Amino acid sequence: MDAPKKPLSCTSETSLSKDQVIELYRFLKLTRMFDEKTVRLKKQGKLTGGVFTSLGQEATAVGTAYALEEKDFIAPLIRDIGACFVKGIQPREIFLQYFGRGTAPSRATDVQFHFADLDKGFVGPISHLGDMIPVMTGILLASRMRKEDRVAVAYLGEGATSTGTFHEGVNFAAVQKLPLITVIENNGYAYSTPTRMQCAAGAFVDKALGYGIKGMKVDGNDIIACYEAMKEAVEHARSGNGSVLIEAMTYRRKGHAEHDNQAYVPEGEIEWWAEHNDPVKRFERYLKEKKILSESEMEAIAAEIREFLDKESDAAESGPLPEPLDAAREVFDNSVVPPAFRKKVLER
Amino acid sequence: MSNEKTSTLLEAIREGIREEMSRDDSVFIIGEDVGTYGGAFKVTEGLLDQFGTDRVIDTPISEAAIVGAACGAALMGMKPVAEFQFIDFISNGFDMLTNYAAKSRYRGCGGIGAVFRGPCGSGVRGGPFHSLNAESFFLNTAGLKMVEPSTAYDAKGLIKSAINDPDPVLFFEHKKLYRLPRLKEELPDEDYTVPIGKARVAREGKDLSIITFGAQTLNALDAAEKLEEEDGVSVEVIDLRTLAPLDREAILETVKKTNRVIVLHESSITGGIGGEISAIIGEEAFEWLDAPVIRIASIDTPVPFAPQLEDYYLPNLDEIVDACRKLAAY
Repeated sequence: MDAPKKPLSCTSETSLSKDQVIELYRFLKLTRMFDEKTVRLKKQGKLTGGVFTSLGQEATAVGTAYALEEKDFIAPLIRDIGACFVKGIQPREIFLQYFGRGTAPSRATDVQFHFADLDKGFVGPISHLGDMIPVMTGILLASRMRKEDRVAVAYLGEGATSTGTFHEGVNFAAVQKLPLITVIENNGYAYSTPTRMQCAAGAFVDKALGYGIKGMKVDGNDIIACYEAMKEAVEHARSGNGSVLIEAMTYRRKGHAEHDNQAYVPEGEIEWWAEHNDPVKRFERYLKEKKILSESEMEAIAAEIREFLDKESDAAESGPLPEPLDAAREVFDNSVVPPAFRKKVLER
Repeated sequence: MSNEKTSTLLEAIREGIREEMSRDDSVFIIGEDVGTYGGAFKVTEGLLDQFGTDRVIDTPISEAAIVGAACGAALMGMKPVAEFQFIDFISNGFDMLTNYAAKSRYRGCGGIGAVFRGPCGSGVRGGPFHSLNAESFFLNTAGLKMVEPSTAYDAKGLIKSAINDPDPVLFFEHKKLYRLPRLKEELPDEDYTVPIGKARVAREGKDLSIITFGAQTLNALDAAEKLEEEDGVSVEVIDLRTLAPLDREAILETVKKTNRVIVLHESSITGGIGGEISAIIGEEAFEWLDAPVIRIASIDTPVPFAPQLEDYYLPNLDEIVDACRKLAAY
């Protein structure tokens, strides 16, 4: 692939104020640096379990989530940690999850950002791709019954469009004219499977036509474009016009998780995206062009985030380990299950 | 016995749902053909007119979407009553039930207070796809409660408890019992519930116990009657009512009382709930047993269609009576 004629920046026109653009940059940078931090912690042997990053596709989650209101709901996937930050989830909570600490939001029963904070509109994802779409339709049915006027966003990769729950969920929301926005992050790969092995259609956005809903396609590495597209989608959905499907074009520069060496990726592809189409570099170029932030101001923001993340990570690491007996709790409301080996029967 | 004041098991379920919907705005119905048509078996008939399309929601043929939507609404504090047209189609919602609904509370993602109900059971010539008893598919999944009533009184009381339970409840309704005249009874005028997790002594006895549930409760009661008359053998019948979590106390109590036990159920024998109940008895009441615990269940095949085949597949009265006689004499 050739280099772009002119280095890529972001969409010039935006309804965002200067302060909002700076805030958006902070979220984008936080997302990038959070991932870098977890990768470092993993290499230091401090984390149990897999580490998943969104390197190279952070703009989609951050830009789209920024167009939501506080009352709106998101169901992110593993590459959408940036959307969680925008919705108010704190890095420390996710560090606690990664460290498997007893004070983690899931009580250390589940991994990474598999937890929920419904007060902040964050619905906890599960690993079964596509399943969050039907769940979000339920959130919206409840909102409709209670006249709460919420919009809900389900994020998924292009691979998840091959699941049955994707179809059932998008179709049901469409039939019910629910304000569901499904964001398909087309990042080129589902684990090792390239997009062409996932779907024969030319573009995922074309699926919208089949469901009778609005379809939009956006440059997922242009954070301003992502914000503006989502803003339009939210207006469409909130004003009673039904669901929207957005295809965001992006690229996954890391493997499925840290253990994946990406041997299946054609030579030079990752490097091309890193050099020519990195969402953070593009936004930084935009900020400089627009004279919103200077190089040294951006460096200062990065230093501030680095210090913050180190502090939050240390605080999480020093948290208490879970009590083993807590494994037996909360299968049902306030329940404790008995031990599986019932020794007492041998002691009569 | 039959008059305007009596209810069938089906009517009891409908009235239970109707009462909860009237009392609490957060209760709603979701499923295929539940609205205009009133449900494949008409359990929800008339509720659309009373509560409107926002609260009686007809869906596409999408069981995963039905279960998922019920879960999402439950997270928001609603109390969904989701219907499977036949419980056989619960397989299409299996992933959402076992991975989402069952684990959500444990994962700190919020309890799912939702009811997933539908007609189960064999003996109506429904063939392999309209005859399922699904409990053993879910018995090994932590986080799901399971209920199956065998009387109209219990059906109403249990559906009301299920609707207000903070956790997911699979509510199995044996379709053979829906309109069975024998089960018609006059229900109390006042509000009542039947607790989840408690079995009932359907018939007191002292010589041996049959532990069962659903339509097989009637078979057990018929066998008990016959044995009392013809043999003078006194059979206790335990109707479990709740299949998860099992009422271990009630199970052990009857074992300790009669010392001889048959576990009777309608699904196939291998991997069925009878194995679990037998194991509980073997571990915890070994010293009280005077005979091996006997399982009577259906054979290990899909549910066949033709009457001659299905009757062979199912446990039958003669088999149960014969087993009781041999067990009493053991």
